[in-house]
Formats: sequence, structure tokens, C-alpha cells
Amino acid sequence: MASITLSGLKKSYGNAHVIKGVDITIEDGEFVVFVGPSGCGKSTLLRMIAGLEDISAGTLNIGGIRVNDLPPKERGVAMVFQSYAIFPHMTVRENVAFGLTIAGDSKEMKEAKVAEAARILQMEHLLDRRPSQLSGGQRQRVAIGRAIVRKPEVFLFDEPLSNLDAALRMDMRMEIGKLHKALGATMIYVTHDQVEAMTLADKIVVLKDGLVQQIGSPMELYHHPANAFVAGFLGSPSMNFLDVDVQAVDGRNITVANASLDPVTIAAQTGSYTVGGKARLGIRPQYLTPAEGAGQLHGRVALTERLGAETVIEVTLSNGSPLIAALARDAVFPLGTEIGLTFQPSEAHLFSE
Amino acid sequence: MAGPAAFLIGMFVILPFVFAIVLSFTNQRLISPNPTEFTGLANYRQLLGMATLTLDPVKDDAGAIKMAADGTPEYPSIRSFTRGNADYANLSGMREWFSFGWGESRTYVLARDVVFMKALVNTFIFVLVVAPVQGALALGLALLINQKIRGINVFRTIYFMPVVVSIVVVSLLWRFIYDGNSGLLNNLISAVSFGAIPRVDWLGNPNTALGSVIAMSIWQAVGFHMVIWLSGLQTISPTLYEAGEIEGASKWQSFRYITWPGLKNTAVLVLIVITMQAFAVFAQIDVMTNGGPLDSTQTIVFQAIERGYGKQDISGGSTISVILFVIVLSISLLQRWITRERA
Repeated sequence: MASITLSGLKKSYGNAHVIKGVDITIEDGEFVVFVGPSGCGKSTLLRMIAGLEDISAGTLNIGGIRVNDLPPKERGVAMVFQSYAIFPHMTVRENVAFGLTIAGDSKEMKEAKVAEAARILQMEHLLDRRPSQLSGGQRQRVAIGRAIVRKPEVFLFDEPLSNLDAALRMDMRMEIGKLHKALGATMIYVTHDQVEAMTLADKIVVLKDGLVQQIGSPMELYHHPANAFVAGFLGSPSMNFLDVDVQAVDGRNITVANASLDPVTIAAQTGSYTVGGKARLGIRPQYLTPAEGAGQLHGRVALTERLGAETVIEVTLSNGSPLIAALARDAVFPLGTEIGLTFQPSEAHLFSE
Repeated sequence: MAGPAAFLIGMFVILPFVFAIVLSFTNQRLISPNPTEFTGLANYRQLLGMATLTLDPVKDDAGAIKMAADGTPEYPSIRSFTRGNADYANLSGMREWFSFGWGESRTYVLARDVVFMKALVNTFIFVLVVAPVQGALALGLALLINQKIRGINVFRTIYFMPVVVSIVVVSLLWRFIYDGNSGLLNNLISAVSFGAIPRVDWLGNPNTALGSVIAMSIWQAVGFHMVIWLSGLQTISPTLYEAGEIEGASKWQSFRYITWPGLKNTAVLVLIVITMQAFAVFAQIDVMTNGGPLDSTQTIVFQAIERGYGKQDISGGSTISVILFVIVLSISLLQRWITRERA
């Protein structure tokens, strides 16, 4: 059993508070992704779980045992670093076997375990090479090999794909997903890439400025974001936000409008609103469609990007604010033409100021 | 742009180098009215000439071994072989370097230039002790000061200080420390041992003089090599240590598997630099002992300068320099070969 519980976890360097009290529960065998912009403390949090950073306050339990003061090796974790951190003077075989060498395993045992890890990662042909003869993707494979060979209960990945090019990143992303299914171990994965988060995670933890913004499954976060930050962080192109005025409040049904938006009633999921107050309306670009007639939103086409299967239009609304719409088809919109856009109120999100 | 530099290097490095090689084959003196003559390898033969001579003890008429006053067997005098003995013309002019007994007989190792032989041996002892001890000590210090502790720069400064001070000044100070009567070292030892350990004239005793010079030399330059090690240490990525920590490596294991392999190129550099510097040992000897007592601290460079300038035998001095060059070159090549990258 390797469930992980973080309760009230804090980290400060002098007066700089990096992690400001984080509570997360991770079930055994779960794939959890910590995601957030750079500087949000996600890597620090991972390093605290690994034991590379001291915990200033709070409790960290792994497998039901408090491990705050245990050194990394006694926490039963393996870690894969962004910079691979494979030993340049050792062959791939020696690198993968490093943890076993440290633990003093016999030669035969090491051979067998390395062979198994190499088979899982399909890198048998690389075993006698040196790191300098490997590509970035192969190096990261070696680093993952070094992690899985000890059969730890918890894997920690610190932005493992950030140094790879786009195509390779996609391959490795799928491999890591398969690896999780094959090993069934608990995995914590840190990334700033929301696509990695959406595709890999059983559970996403969105962090900002050392605080958890929301925890949930990818679709939960996508469809029911707790706040504007989470809504804007997940999804590509990111969500449009419009500053709107509250015109009427009827229970959770809020009617909002502004200079370029006709009044629309939204079933608000979060926040509290008063008539005459301000609010933010969030609409994903994919849910905006060009209207036959006038539409709910009015503006002019400022830019179009035709990607073949998708067309991204940037519209300057009549009140001057920009808006992005993504259409799932190829279409031509001449620059500067008047355009009306429409959306389903049920697909829009309302956030209080 | 390279003109001035090339000129200076030519004048003060290349020209003297060529001169030394050429002069070593002549009988050139520093100031002499006689014309220079080409003498071939005579200088080298004079310096390196060696022979062995095995002698049986002197026996009286009855065939019994004659004993000297101290009860040891008496052997024929070496001089009767090396001075004007036509049967042993090849030993002419040689002197006894050392001897060892072999059964009844005794083998004498003769050298044409005993002082140079002693200088050669002393220099090798100096190098063989200084290179590993100084290198290891410097690495130890580098590991100590490669930590993020408040005030670590104070220690870095302290360890590096002797390097900044001129070796001549350091040697003079250490002459006081090693003084036989009221030197700091003797005072310290007698204070610690409550006078139980007798005072030693560190530089005046042939048994301790070389060791004393070695100890002081190690202390003086250790800071320099510490800085080289330190720069090597700082090229090793901290993430490698973190990876090691996650894998459960102990302090010693991270040194053994991460630090030491990462320092390989630095180690080669430090070893070669220390070896070359140690072979060139001169200033300490000149200031502290002048090669004495009883030639126990003679070194190759000290001999080269003593001959070239002291005795105005510039060709003899040049010959010693060339021999030193060949020794240092071959040892450096050997070290490079031993520590080469194995594919």
C-alpha cells in the first residue's frame, strides 16, 4: 500500500513562503499530476515528497507512515528528473543498475532486474552504450529504467518531458501512461503542460502561488472549474474571459451583459453575485460559433489561423476586448468583417470578481 | 598581434631551451677565455656514470679475515681501484655512493658524481611523497570547503593564504619554526609532551631535513590544488547527487560513484601539475638548507643552479636541466597514458 497524504504541508525559505499549506490525498496506484505555471511551487512540493527538501510544517504520510524526517531512500520512492540526471561516466547498464549496486545486490540479480527493466522500456540494444551516445529521449528512458528497476511503490516525475522535442514528447507521454498501467504503482507527475496533465492524470492538482486551486479528475476540472484560474489554465486555446455587469439574480441563475454582449442568463456554479455588481464570464473558444444573424456577441475579425481541421478566429469585440473562437472546420473570414458569435448559456462559466 | 608575445616566448623560453640542449654537449663555462669545444656526451657520462665493484675481505697470510678496529671485516680501499689503477681504468675518478654486504664479500656502487645521484634520489623521494599526499590533502580540503555553510569563505581564504605568500618568505618563516633550540615546532612538541620528547634540529639533522622540507612544501601549495579540485567539484551537476540520494547512496557511495568519476580530468591535471612542480623544487632548498646537511636535501634543480652559476659550469648545469626535462616529460607522458580515457 502506498497511498500518500499531505496535510497542511508548508515550505518557507526564511520569509519567503513557497508552499502555504497544501492538503492532498493520493490513493494507492493513482496517477496524480501537479500542474501550474512556473513558480507555483509544484516542483518544490514534489521534492518535499521525495525528501530532497525539508518540510517546514505539516505532515507527509506515505503508506500510512509519517515520513517527514526520513531520508529519501527510506521513503520507497524513485524519481525521474527533467535533466535526466544519469551518470555520464557509466554505461546504460550501470546507470540502470545504480540503485541495486548501492543496495549491494548480487551480479546475477542485477543482470536479471536490468534485463527486465530494459525489456519493459524496449532498450535492450542500448545497454552497453554511454549516455553521450544517446538521444534525449533515450536518456530519459534510461532515467525511467533506473527508477523502475528497484520496484518502488511511488514514482515521482519532475517535468520529465520538458527537454524533449514535441514529437518525442508525445511518444514518451504515451509510454509513461502505459508504464503506469503495467506497474500499477502510485505516480506523481509534475508538469506545466496542461496536455500532459489532461491525458495522463487520474487526478489533477492545480497549484498557484503555493496553494491548491482545485483537485479532481481531468474532466471534472475541465467542465466544472472552481475558479477563473483553473478554467483559464486547462484547455487550449485558453478560455475567453469577459468583464460583465450583473443585471438580475434569481437564485443561482444570473443574468449578465455588457456593451458587446446581449443579456444572457447563466446557471452559476460558484461565487456570489449582486445586481449591479461585476462578474467574469468564461467561454471556451470551442463553444463559440458564428451566428447566422446578429448573435449574442458582436465584433470584427482581427485575425484568422487556418489549421485545416480547425479555424481559430480572433475577434475584437465592439467594446475593444479580444475574443478567440475555434471552429472545428475550415472556414474563411475576411479581416475586418463584422461578425456575430453565439454560445449555449449552459456551456459558459460565471465567476465572481 | 602575436608578434610581441612570440618574441618574448622566443627570447625567454624557446631560445634558452635550445641553448640548454646545445650547451650540454659542450664544455662551455659561464665566463672563460678558452674557446668552447664540442665534447659529445662527456657531460652526461660525467653525471650519470655508474659502476659496481665487488670486493672480498682482506685476508692475512693464514687466510683469516682481517678485522677492523670495530670488529667488522676490513676491505681493500676503494681508492686503490679508482685512482690510477690501470686494471680498472673504467672506475677512474669514481667515488663510493653506497655499499651493501653479500655474504663475505661486499658490493660497492660507485658513481662518477655522487652528489648528483643523491640529488636525483632526493628529488624522486620528494615527488613520490608530495604528489600523492598533497593531491589527496587538497582534495580533502576542497570537499570540506565545497559546502554551503556560513563563513565558508573564511576557511577558503585561510587554506589559500600560503599560496599567495612568496615561497622565499614562507621558507624563511619555516626556518624559524624548525629551529633546533627555540623553534615553534620544538616548543610545541615539548609543551604537548611535557618535555618528554627531546628537541630535534629539524633542518640540521640528515635524517629529518628532507622530511621537514617535504612537510612544509606540501602545506605551502596545498591551497592552490585545493582550488583546482574545487573548480572540478563545481562542474558536477547537483542533480546527480540528488539522483544518488534518491537511490539511497551513502556519503561515501556518492563520492565513490559520482564525485570521483566526475573529477577524473581534474585529477589528471592536479597530478601532472604537482609532479612537475615537485621535480622543480628549488627555492625551499636554497633558503632552508642549501642542499645540506651532508647532501641530504640536494635536489636536481638546486644542483643545476649550483653548478651553472655557483661553479660557473654552465654546460654541467645545462646537462642537468636536460636530464630533468627528459625525466619530467617521460613521467608526464606515462601519467597521461595511465589515466587515459578507456574507450
